[in-house]
Parts: sequence; structure tokens; C-alpha cells
Amino acid sequence: MNHDFNELRLDGVTRRFAGAGGQAFAALNELTLTIKRGEFIALLGPSGCGKSTALNCIAGLMQLSGGSIWLDSTRIDTLPPEKRGFGMVFQNYALFPHMTVARNVGFGLKMRGLSDAEIAPRVAHAMKLVQLVGQENKLPGQLSGGQQQRVAIARAIVIEPPLVLMDEPLSNLDAKLRIETRAEIRRIHKELGRATIYVTHDQDEALSLADRIVVMKDGVVQQIAAPSDVYGQPANLHVARFMGYRNVLELKVDAEEGDRVTLSGPDVRLVGMRKQPLSGGRASVAMRPEEFVLGAGPEGTNTIAGRVDNVEYCGRDSLVDVITASGTLLHVRATGTPAVGDSVAVHVPVERVLVYPIELPK
Amino acid sequence: MSSATAALDSPRAPFDRALLLVVPAAAFMLLLFVYPFLYGLALSFNPKEGGALANYTHFFTTDNLWPTIWTTLRLALPATLINVGLALPIAFKMRVKSPYQRWATTILVVPITLGTVLIAEGMLTYFGPKGWLAQFLQFFHIYEGSIRLTHNYWGVLISLVISGFPFAFLLILSYITGIDPVLARAASTLGANPRAQFRTIYLPLLAPGLAMCFCLAFVQAFSVFPSAVLLGSPAGPTRVISIAAYEAAFEQYDYSLASAIAMIMGFVQLLIVAAVLGVRNLMYRGPVSGGKG
Repeated sequence: MNHDFNELRLDGVTRRFAGAGGQAFAALNELTLTIKRGEFIALLGPSGCGKSTALNCIAGLMQLSGGSIWLDSTRIDTLPPEKRGFGMVFQNYALFPHMTVARNVGFGLKMRGLSDAEIAPRVAHAMKLVQLVGQENKLPGQLSGGQQQRVAIARAIVIEPPLVLMDEPLSNLDAKLRIETRAEIRRIHKELGRATIYVTHDQDEALSLADRIVVMKDGVVQQIAAPSDVYGQPANLHVARFMGYRNVLELKVDAEEGDRVTLSGPDVRLVGMRKQPLSGGRASVAMRPEEFVLGAGPEGTNTIAGRVDNVEYCGRDSLVDVITASGTLLHVRATGTPAVGDSVAVHVPVERVLVYPIELPK
Repeated sequence: MSSATAALDSPRAPFDRALLLVVPAAAFMLLLFVYPFLYGLALSFNPKEGGALANYTHFFTTDNLWPTIWTTLRLALPATLINVGLALPIAFKMRVKSPYQRWATTILVVPITLGTVLIAEGMLTYFGPKGWLAQFLQFFHIYEGSIRLTHNYWGVLISLVISGFPFAFLLILSYITGIDPVLARAASTLGANPRAQFRTIYLPLLAPGLAMCFCLAFVQAFSVFPSAVLLGSPAGPTRVISIAAYEAAFEQYDYSLASAIAMIMGFVQLLIVAAVLGVRNLMYRGPVSGGKG
């Protein structure tokens, strides 16, 4: 199984659990995805969205309830994890506490029946790759969290797996270490060219690492796209909210011309771009705080007037809450620092107002 | 290093009044364990006749006394090995939560609540020459010969296994469930099949716990008395060391000799326990989880 591959195909992968009252619920529903050789895929979503379930199904640590997984023309979802040969990095590292760093890293090679003489140079190479030369004879407990995570990465890649699986590998590290290790993971991926599936709830990690992002919610895939598309053109309102479109207003649809939609509320009149078919005369608009600009727009387009309600100073800019006369609250990032109580106008470009169908109440 | 700087920074730690809570337990230990032990030790060196070591020379030169050490070891060591050896795979199977886990655990643990006398009663009816087991085997012509599993070595051994097993099982189960299952999952993604996971992950992490379990189970089996009398042949093959001490104390009224035998018994136990714990010191004894939880 330890060979290179052209594509890994997930075909309708489903995993159901017994829920409350004996009713089965699908933690992962019909995930269909093809991963090409060398690709870096991020599974992104809030906790409980099924992303870790998906990873465990691929690793073989969880049985599928439906669907199949294929590595080129080999069906692998019926194989136990030890026959799949994927390298996995766990959230809490899962280093073997009774083995030295070198023996941890060499464990996978030992299980493949290699001799100590064959293992040593490959372990040394992996240690160099994760920049831990000199720590070989320590026990995991003697290392810092960041070092332990790098041992875990070395242990997963030393077996030269066709696919590397990472389950929130950075979530136990502090902010600074997180960014450093993130860059490390990107570098190692570039150097080895191994296909990687990376599970995270952090958009920044997904955006900075992945070639493609799979956004999930409640076990269902919401969008599969390149980072810039997920960031700029969310497929639906869930993705938009998750990607930082904090301003979501429900408005009346006045006119639709092609993708351009004109909408209005009590004291708001906006023109935006339709992302999904609308119906029922009402729609939700989603806008990022970063895309507002203080002052009136050209010819007054998409200009909203209001009063400054709160200002949070953030260094490079400020997060300003603006309330309109009818009580609509807008979050705006602004470089100036308006004072609380000031009357201000803000505007937003037409192509950055995304229009979606209204959310149906659950 | 940090303790040195702490000592420099704070001149002297104030007296912690919570320490007073230890006083009752300490007094209890002194009165009911340390004092009787020292009293017995002193008593063993004051024999009825002869010099200070007369009791000990008597024990090691009398033909119905010194062999009791071997008789006891011959029962206690196999019983302990069987208990620990049986409990390990069963506890390993029981480590994952399942619908029957609770029932199985309950059934396995029941003997601990019965007490040796009740177990002996049951065994006499079940394993005896006219017991259910013998009748069953003979009825179905499985084994035609006479079956003697009571009033001999085997009766005591079986009783030690029945009463000692739950203890070893519970102890090992708690050690096993303390090992983070994600370690075995990590090993499986690295190519370790279930057998290799057990050998490379569980066994090394369990070894110190197994050593401890062995010591406790051994000490329990070594002081066997009721079942050796009720199920064994206390005059012959199961004349264990505690029977020798009992006879000295309550049949010959030689408390001094009885104390000496008790001291020898304690010393033999101590030797075995020290040897096992010495081996344990050579093993890994750190935390059994794989990083931050």
C-alpha cells in the first residue's frame, strides 16, 4: 500500500451514529471528493461539522456507514488502518511516552520490518526535516508542545505515506508557535509533495495552507473551492458567516437585473451580487466589516448613514459599530477613529455585497 | 534548582495546620501496626529456652517447619501468576465500553465479596469427589477416573485463583483504562496490527502496573490460611507457613516461636516484593498519555 497514487476518491462517504432516543444521525453525509497527488486539502468547519469524522474514516479508525474510498483503482475503506499506510498527526500528538524521540519516529519503519541500520538514516533525515536534530534520545515528556508536535509530524512522514492526515495539529499550541509551525507544515508539504488532508476550525490556517478548502456544516459539504473563492465568493450564507461576513441583513428585493439585485430596508438601500437563486421577495445580504469604507459612495450608491455606537481600537485599524436610525447594527473596520456618538456615513462596493436566499428558521 | 530559589525567597514555610489531619491516621498506624510489629519482633528474640536466635534455628532445623516456606511459595507463586496472567487479557478485552462490559465486570468481581469460607463451602459441593463437576464428567463419560480437587494442593490453588482473580482484574483494568487509546490508534496508522499494538504500546506501559499488581496479589496469596485448612490437607501438602504459625501460637502456646515464624513469613514476602519492585525500577514509569490532553 506504500506507493504513490494519482488520486484518492471519496465516493458518498457517510458515517452515522446512534443519537438521542435511538435515532441515528449522520455525522458525515455523502462526502464526495477527489484528492489529487500532492494536493493540500483543508476540511474546514465549526466543531461537530463532521470534519474529524471524515478524517477518521479515511484513516480507517472509523467504519463507514455508507459509500466507499478508492486509492486509484483499489478500494481501501474495507482495510484496517495498519494496511492503509497513511501517516496521521493527532491533535494531542499521541507520541508513545515510553519511547525516545528516535524510536517514536522510527516506529512505523520498524513495523514495516526494516532493520535498525535501514531505519537510522531515514529517522535522521526526518529529524532534520522537522529541525529537531539533537533531541533523538529524549523522551517525549521532556520536549515542549511545539517540539512534540514536530516529532508527531516526523513520525507520520518518515514512512513516506501516499497521504498525510492531520487532525487539528496546531490547536494545542500558543498563537506564536501556531504560526511558526503552520509555516513549517507548508514548507514540509512543499518539500515532500505528499497529498495532505488537514482538518481545522480556523479559517486562517485553512486559507494559508490549503490548495483547496472543503467547508462543512452538520456533516454536509457546503463548498469545495480554492481559498480565494471560499474567502471572496462563499457559496451560501453558512459559508459566508463562517468566513467572516459578520454583517448579515434581511432585506426586501426591489429588482433583479441579471446577477445585480437591488434591495431595501427601513433606512438602507443596497445593490449587491446574487450568489444563489432567490425567491419570495426577501433576501439576506452578507458583507465583511473590512469592505466598508467611511464616507459616502460615488453618487450615493450603497451608502448607509448612522451613529457610532462603539469603537474597538485594534492597532492598524478600529472596529466600529454603526447603528442606523431604525436600529440596524453594522460592524465596520475603519482606519480612522471616529468618536462614539458621531454621525457617520459608510459605503460598500456593489460587488462586495453578496445576496443569498433568507435562512429558513429551523 | 527552583526549590533552591524558592528556599531563598521565602525564609521558612509557615506550619500548615492541615497537616494535623494526618495525626489520627498516624496514631492508628503506630498503635495497631508499628507497635504490634515491634513487639512481635522483640518477642521472637526471647524464646522460651535458649539464646536470642533459638527460635530461628529451631525453625530452620525442624522438618515440619522450614519446608512450609516452599509449600507456601508453591501455592502462592503459581496462584499469583495465574491470576495476573488471566486478568490481563480479560481486562484488556473489557477496556472498551460495551453493553456487556458492566455485566461482565460485575460477574467477574462478585467472588471478592464472598469471602474465603463461602468459596470453600461452594467448592466442596462443586469440586468434591461426589460433587457436581465429578457427576457431570462421569455422566457424559468425559472423564471416568476419580476426581480429587478438594482436600489437596489443587483445591487450595483453585480457591486462591477464585478469590484472588477479581482483585487482580480490577487493578489491571484500572491501569489499562488509564492508557490513552489514541496511542494504539496512532500505532495502527503506523502499521501496527492489534498484536503489535499490544506488544509495543500496551505491554510496556502496563508493565509497572503489572509488577505492582503481582506484588499485591502475591502478598495476599502468601498469607493463605482459611482455604489451606478448609480445602487443603493442612497436615501434608498444604501445610503453609501461616498454619505453622497458628499451631505454634494456639496449640503449643509458644508465642515467641509464632512471632519468629511470622517474621520469617514477612521476610520471605519482602524478598519477593523487593525483587519484583527492583525489576520495576528498570522500566519506563512516566505518564501514560501521549502529549497534551
